[in-house]
Amino acid sequence: MTALLVAPPAIRRRGSRRVVAVLVGVAILMALTVLSVLVGSRPIEPSVVWAAITRPDVTDDAHLVVTELRMPRTALAIVVGAALGVAGAIMQALTRNPLAEPGILGVNAGAAAAVATGIAVTGGAFGTLGLFGFSFAGAAVAALAVAALGGIFRRGADPVRLTLAGVAFAVTLGAYTQTLLINFPSVFDTFRHWAVGSVQGRGGELVLPAVAIIVPAIALASLLGRSLNAVAMGQDVARSVGADPRGVLGAGALLVVLLAGAATAVAGPIGFVGLTAPLAVRLLVGPDYRWIVPLSALFAAVLVLGADILGRVLLPPAELETSIVTAIIGAPVFIALARRRRLMRL
Amino acid sequence: MTAGTVRVWRSRDERIALRWHRRPAMAAATLLLLLIPLGVVALLTGSFDIGPAELWATLTGQGEPTVARVLGTIRVPRLVGGIVVGAALGVSGAVFQTISRNPLGSPDIIGFVTGAATGAVVAILVFEAPPGIVSLAAVCSGMLTAVLVGALSLRGGTAGGYRLVLVGIGVGALLGAVNDLLLTRSQRDDAIAAQIWLVGTLNGRGWAEVLPTVIAVAILIPALLLMRRGLAALELGDGMARQVGAPVTIVRLGTIAIAVGLAAFATATAGPIAFVALAAPQLVARVGRSSSVPLVGSAAMGAVLLVGADLLSQHLPLSLSAPVGLVTGVLGGVYLLWLLSRGR
Repeated sequence: MTALLVAPPAIRRRGSRRVVAVLVGVAILMALTVLSVLVGSRPIEPSVVWAAITRPDVTDDAHLVVTELRMPRTALAIVVGAALGVAGAIMQALTRNPLAEPGILGVNAGAAAAVATGIAVTGGAFGTLGLFGFSFAGAAVAALAVAALGGIFRRGADPVRLTLAGVAFAVTLGAYTQTLLINFPSVFDTFRHWAVGSVQGRGGELVLPAVAIIVPAIALASLLGRSLNAVAMGQDVARSVGADPRGVLGAGALLVVLLAGAATAVAGPIGFVGLTAPLAVRLLVGPDYRWIVPLSALFAAVLVLGADILGRVLLPPAELETSIVTAIIGAPVFIALARRRRLMRL
Repeated sequence: MTAGTVRVWRSRDERIALRWHRRPAMAAATLLLLLIPLGVVALLTGSFDIGPAELWATLTGQGEPTVARVLGTIRVPRLVGGIVVGAALGVSGAVFQTISRNPLGSPDIIGFVTGAATGAVVAILVFEAPPGIVSLAAVCSGMLTAVLVGALSLRGGTAGGYRLVLVGIGVGALLGAVNDLLLTRSQRDDAIAAQIWLVGTLNGRGWAEVLPTVIAVAILIPALLLMRRGLAALELGDGMARQVGAPVTIVRLGTIAIAVGLAAFATATAGPIAFVALAAPQLVARVGRSSSVPLVGSAAMGAVLLVGADLLSQHLPLSLSAPVGLVTGVLGGVYLLWLLSRGR
């Protein structure tokens, strides 16, 4: 028995890789956070930035740029990225489909369509609570519809069919959202960047509600790691190791709706983050969802914050929407995955 | 393979013989007839209405000069644009769905239309090129996209049906991001206009934009009709096609090149219009109950769909306005979901 308690070398190596992955991820995120506050279309001296953080002066324009624009924007990029990464990881486990993520499966598009409808109907006067409400409702409806059409509730679900149903939904709802935007010029001006997917110009008042929803949801998702491990092996295996597949599906779907809905309410539909981050994490630390879920949050935050900074510095003085940068990074990953012979297997 | 009655017409010396299946031919003829009332309505209505009598007078050369100018420079090119763009997309979709043997393997799903749009956007925004050069750029980048998607989805010598679709969707997403990037970076202030171009519209298309596609359709669709027997053989699979004596590689490359060209010219004229290429061949196959490649029917159906959607986009309720690409996007997306819900 004692021999079994000593982990074989491969597992020990994996353990040290996990530690390295966490440390490297945290280090990059901290470096990007500093960079994100320092860099922008308007050059501000690091000493001034430091002063703005330690001794904010509301009469100083530069201080206001740092405290009112760059700091909320940085915080939003981090939570939005983390939410999308975890949502993608959960969806990949539940659907056993490596192409599953809230952008490709139409959940973000559903949330965006619902928010755009809300703006068009009410003229946009529904406050932060209404914004999140519309977003959650849209995400939930889209997730349910795509799951039903994609055959999640049937045995032997086909990952290709699910992916196609998601893409069809995303395209249709995207066209619908565009129609609304074109018809309401004031909405277009306010939400032009949002509809494309960007953390630029989003108000600081969104930071608190976003954090209040996303952080607990990520914590719950991390606790779900063991159950996700079981479900990712298939329903029969899951049942035989004592997991409740339907319960996990329900809880996971609820978390996906909360995470993707909150992220979309804040930043608009951003795709490919939930695809790329969990995939990279899986390559680093192996198929254990107890590690994939929290590390996906970390690396997706790195990805979105990095994409946001890149979008700011690539073509100054103009800014590039975050979603464009994430699509340019993420689409090649999607293509590489789709090329694999056995799409089914995670 | 045959559906319904086969009719044959022979010239007296039997030099020329035309074979056609009755039901698909009827369907195509009905669709072409349907274009007449649609076209008349499209010519009569708009920012100001023209009476039927006035239209007739103008067509016979006795109308008022203002009405003649509106018809000649705005409405007729728009109608002709709708017909040729729709026909080109429908035929292109029919060819690709036949070759990939998959209803989702149509050029708007697998990124060719987006790729053609990338070339057109670069030509318009970066080089400020005239319409003829824009068409050329769209065709070149559409071909490049086709080569790229084909090469990426090849694996072990074959491009599996769904791998092609998924790789195409990925390439399309990437190029879509590039298009967004180019448009949002352009110095043009009218971002809404740029946005509208990217979803596809027939608004404000004059003869300069429409004429290249008219010429392309007039040359490429007859060329394709000459190759239709080989194309039908491809539908049986490569091995069987060789058995019946079809030059598989030549037919495949030739028809793909023509179909990409058609989709690219259509995109240069109207922007990336969604789902017409997907839906037209599928609808025709259901209406005509034909099991062979419905080229003429797809052309007619594509034209009817696009002219109809364009009319709808001009007369939406609640005084909403939507470019035709969004109308086809919503309608076609719903249709695609229905296709999926019926399952395979």
